[in-house]
Formats: sequence, C-alpha cells, structure tokens
Amino acid sequence: MDFIIQNILNALQWGSFYALIALGYTLVYGVLRLINFAHGDIFMVGAYISFFVAGFLLGPTIGLSPAIAFAVTVPLTMALTSLVGVTLERVAYRPLRRKGAHRLYVVITALMCGLILEYSNLAVLGASRLKFPALLEKQIWHLGGVTLTNLKVLVIVTAILVFVFLQWVVTKTRIGMAMRGISYDKFAIPLMGIPIDTIIVFTFVLGSGFAGLAGLLFAMSYPVLEPFMGMLIGWKAFIAAVVGGIGDIKGAFVGGFLLGFIEVGVVTVFPSTYRDLFAFTILLLILWVKPTGLFGMPQSTKI
Amino acid sequence: MKRLNLFAALLLTVLLAAPAFAADTIKIGFNIPLTGDIPEVGEGSKNAAEMYLADINGAGGLEVGGKKYMLEFIYMDNESKAESAVNAALKLIEQEDVVAIIGPNSSKQAVPGGGTANDNRVPMISPWSTNPDTTFERPWVFRAAFLDPFQGPVVANFAAKKFSAKTAAVLFDVSNDYSKGLAEIFKSSWEAKKLGPVVAFESHGTKDQDFSAQLTTIIAAKPDFIFVPDNYNQVALVIPQARDLGYKGPFMGSDAWGTPDLVKLCGEQCNGQYFSTHYAAAGAKGATKVFIDRYMEKYGAEPADYAALTWDSIGLLVEGIKNAGKVESSPRKMRAAIRDGLAAIKSFDGITGSSKFDEQGDPIKCAVVVKISDAGTFVFEESVCP
Repeated sequence: MDFIIQNILNALQWGSFYALIALGYTLVYGVLRLINFAHGDIFMVGAYISFFVAGFLLGPTIGLSPAIAFAVTVPLTMALTSLVGVTLERVAYRPLRRKGAHRLYVVITALMCGLILEYSNLAVLGASRLKFPALLEKQIWHLGGVTLTNLKVLVIVTAILVFVFLQWVVTKTRIGMAMRGISYDKFAIPLMGIPIDTIIVFTFVLGSGFAGLAGLLFAMSYPVLEPFMGMLIGWKAFIAAVVGGIGDIKGAFVGGFLLGFIEVGVVTVFPSTYRDLFAFTILLLILWVKPTGLFGMPQSTKI
Repeated sequence: MKRLNLFAALLLTVLLAAPAFAADTIKIGFNIPLTGDIPEVGEGSKNAAEMYLADINGAGGLEVGGKKYMLEFIYMDNESKAESAVNAALKLIEQEDVVAIIGPNSSKQAVPGGGTANDNRVPMISPWSTNPDTTFERPWVFRAAFLDPFQGPVVANFAAKKFSAKTAAVLFDVSNDYSKGLAEIFKSSWEAKKLGPVVAFESHGTKDQDFSAQLTTIIAAKPDFIFVPDNYNQVALVIPQARDLGYKGPFMGSDAWGTPDLVKLCGEQCNGQYFSTHYAAAGAKGATKVFIDRYMEKYGAEPADYAALTWDSIGLLVEGIKNAGKVESSPRKMRAAIRDGLAAIKSFDGITGSSKFDEQGDPIKCAVVVKISDAGTFVFEESVCP
C-alpha cells in the first residue's frame, strides 16, 4: 500500500511539471491558434534565469538567506521569463502575423526560435552542466512507509494553484473574455474596440511567466541544468496538452497529470524501456476515440 | 542548374582546401565528446592531448626510423552520441586522412565508433571504454582501460567486504552500452558470490531526470547497497532523489563517476560513496605525479581518469608508430603498419599503471576503488589487481 501511495506522489510531482508546461502551450494556442513550439525552451530559459537570479541573491554581493532569496526569486524569474516570451512574440511571431502569414509558417518560426534559444545557450554558457543552488532547506517527512519532501508538496500545490488561477483568468475576467474572443474571431474583435496586440502580449506574459515558474521548480527538484533540458519535456507536455484538448485549460492540466501517472505507472510495473511505448500508445488510443482530446471542442481548422 | 554549379564549386573548394597528406607530418584524429552529455570528458581528453602534442612537437617531432616527424592532432566532436561517433570517425578517416584515431571515450560511442574504424581498416585506441564489445573480434581496435568483466567483480567484492552486504540493487542507463553491460556483469558476479540476490534491477533512459518510480521499487526491496553504473550527471540526480525517498544506505559506482564535475553537480550528498576507477590522483608517485602536477599547472584542475588514459593512449600509439619503423606516404599503408606496430606491443608502462595485452588487444591492469571524501575529493581506498 505504501508503495502505491509513494508512486502516486511521485507521479503527482512529475505530472505537475507536464501540467505546468502544458498550460503554457494551451494558453497561447487557445488565443492565437499557434502551437508555440519554443515553449519548452522558454521553460529551459526560465530554469537558467532562476539559476542566475538565485545565484546572485545568494552570492556575496547581496547575501540573502535562502528563504528570502526564494521569495524574491519566484517573482523575478517569472517577470524575466515572461520578458523572454514577449520578446519572442515581438521579434518572431508578430511580424509574421502583420504580414498575414499562414499559421504553418509561424509554427515553423516557433520551432526555430526554440532551437535558437537552445544553441545560443550552448554558445554562451558552454556544454558543461550547472548545479542549481539549494533555495529551500529540504525537509523529509516520513508518514508510515511513505516519504515526502517539502519541495514535492510545493510543486504539486503550485501546479494546482496555477491551474485554478488560469482557469479563473480565462473564464471569469474581462481580459479572459477578450482572449476567448480573439480565438473565436480575430478579425471582428478589433472592431469591438479590443486592443488585440495587448491581449496577445498578456497571453505570452502569462504563459511564459508560468513556464519560468515551472523552470524554477524543476531546477529545484532536479538541480542539474543543461541547454537541452526543455526539449523532450516540452514535446511531451505538448502531447499532454493535445490529449487533454489543446486550447482548454482543464485539458492541459488533466493531460499533464495523466501523462505523469502513465509514465510512473509503467516504470513501476515494467522495465523503463517500455515507458514511452506504453505512454504514447495509451495517448494515441485516447486520441483515436476522441480526436479533439479529452476536453477539446471540434473545430473546422486545426494545424 | 545554377544551383548545381554552385554546389559543385563548393564541393571542389572543400576538396581542394582539405590538406593533402604530407609526408613529414603524422595526422592523428580524436573522436571525443566536446558537447552533449559528457563534455567534461572531451575537454579532459583534449587537454591531455594538447600537452602531449606540445611535448613531442616542442622537441622537434617524433623520431621514426631516424627521421623526425611532426604530429598533427585533429579533434572531432562526437556530441556524446553513438551515431555522431560513427560520423566523426568517418570524417576523420575520409576527409582528414588520419592514420590513427584516439577515442571515442565512452563505450556508448566507442562500440559503434570501433566498428567504423575496424571496417575502414584504421587503427583506433579507445582510452576510456570498458565494454568488451569495443575491441571484441576487431583487430584494428585497441584500448587503454581495463574491461567491465573485470570491473564488475571488483565492485561486487569490494561492496561485499566493505558494507558486509548480502543484497544488492542496480539502477542503470539502458540506452548506454557501457552502463547496461556493466550492470549485467555486476549482476552475474554478485549472484556468483552466493551471498544473496540482486533484489532490484531497474533501468532508465539517457535523458531521464526523474528516477522516483525506479528508486521507489528499489527502496521497497530493501537492498544493502545500490550499484549505479551511470554517467556522473545522472548520478548527481539519482543520489539526492534516493535520499529524498528515504534511502539511507550506501551507493557504489563505476569509473564513469570519476570526474570532478560529479562533486560540483551532486554536492555533499555524494560524499562518502565509493566507486571503482582507473587511477587515483591523490597519493600518486613517479611519472603519474609528474603528469598530474603539469596538468594542474596548465589547466588549474586535477586530471580525471579519462585525461590520464588519453595520455596513455597517445603513448601507446607513439609506441605503435615507432614499432612500425618508418612512415609511409600512403595513409592506407601507414595505417596497416601502425596496426601491426600496436599489435606487437606486449606490455606498456603508463601513468595509469602498467599493463599487459591479451590477444584481443585488451590490457590487463589493476583497478582502484576510490572514496569521495567529505571535502569532495577522490581518495584512494584500495587497489585491486587481476
């Protein structure tokens, strides 16, 4: 029994990262109908930003205690990472949108932006891995045969809070209504007096900011950073978002945790070689039954 | 058509630019991981090679058959990937016309890279690869490191003695020839000791960062120690995660742990663990100490085992070239002469110990077990000879 509960906790933690990244994919897709393939790499950039922010705050010039440093690192990382996301939107996606390019070209641009982020990181910082400093004093709790760390709880709670927050923003606020409006008809919306560019920038701020938060938490949980750390997890989170129904906040959240549970579950029972085979076969079956994903709405055009 | 012309022109430029094989230099290729999963390894190898090159060329070149020849080293990045190791080997052979190749280091790249070298009849020496398949039935491939069938029992015997262990667990990288091979050899040598079973034998992928599911299974099986024949970057994630999941027992590692980066990435949580390796820098004597001191002075860091083994590999190759007796102007003839020269070496005194060579071209030499001290340095624990 302990064994099962322990693995459920493992899956919740791992699924939290998929969910956090998938939320960013789905947010941008929901508004722009754009698959932002650079999102996994924005997550990577977020992890590196948090590394430098934390290192600076803990370093000799400032010398904050780890707890205060953590409290400052979270908003600072989110702000800086959303700046990266917005910059990407400004220099890469908006010019194409202005010229009325087909969505396919924007998607390809996104893929290239991701590679540019990876390789510019490789060029600037080199191939050596970085060690993330300890920000939280680690506490290990033993409940019967189950072991829990404060970090694990923090990750899971954060994923749930981010989901609730985004769900609230999109469904309950005026700006959320505008976001939904753009996705419905981006030609009619400006006629209603809604500043479309501001809304899109806001979407990128939200998506990239939470990718930065995910990067920070990931770096704290798995404190070895490398330039390609966002690639695979980004792709998998994208698939999770699609299975959940891309464009739907709830779908990304459920899809992320679903993938986490399947992966940990398969590794618990079978050798790890079967993990991706089983995981993606199951996801394929879900899409086979429900091509729009678990919570997705059918649409006439999709990429 | 225009584009085709342009392409042809480019091709021609490349062909002309490739320097022709000059008779007064000996070109040696290095197939090493300068980027990818284990960039530290490529860096260390290159550093050692640069030192050797400066020594030889600084003395006017290498004397073969009464004439001095300059050495030229060409470093090719294999990105720590198996398929890139094959490409790097082909590039060195076909474009650069090298007469011999040093590397790849890790078995993951050395097994496929060795196949390429052998098929193209180019002598190759892998400094660091310990998987038997690298040289097995490949007359053109040699190595400077001991083999996993030797390393596996070293680990098993040491753990049985040091931890009084009865049961063992293994966590390994299933897509890495080195890790998988060593895990299997360890398992059979542990079971041969009849102290107890291997209670968990779990695998993961190269790019994995979360090992919680595997570690939960391992910890539930209550092993006396966990053997982790992984690369240092994975070890730095595995050990803290196991501690987070409540494991309090010891870990045992293999020679892939032996880089200073392990301590940097893992921090205090790796202190007090043991691993088997090729040499220990602390307490070295003679030529080994001279090498370590010079390396420290030049690069400001202690040379890891792969740097020392690269040094020895170049030493072996130089010995092979000297045995060849003369430098042929055709790379093909020169390669064959070097191969015969290498095969003629019966024993070799290097900075990682002296070794004898068996009929497969594999050295028979001693291993050492190293402890990671509380200060994060690698301290010699004991030496194990075949």
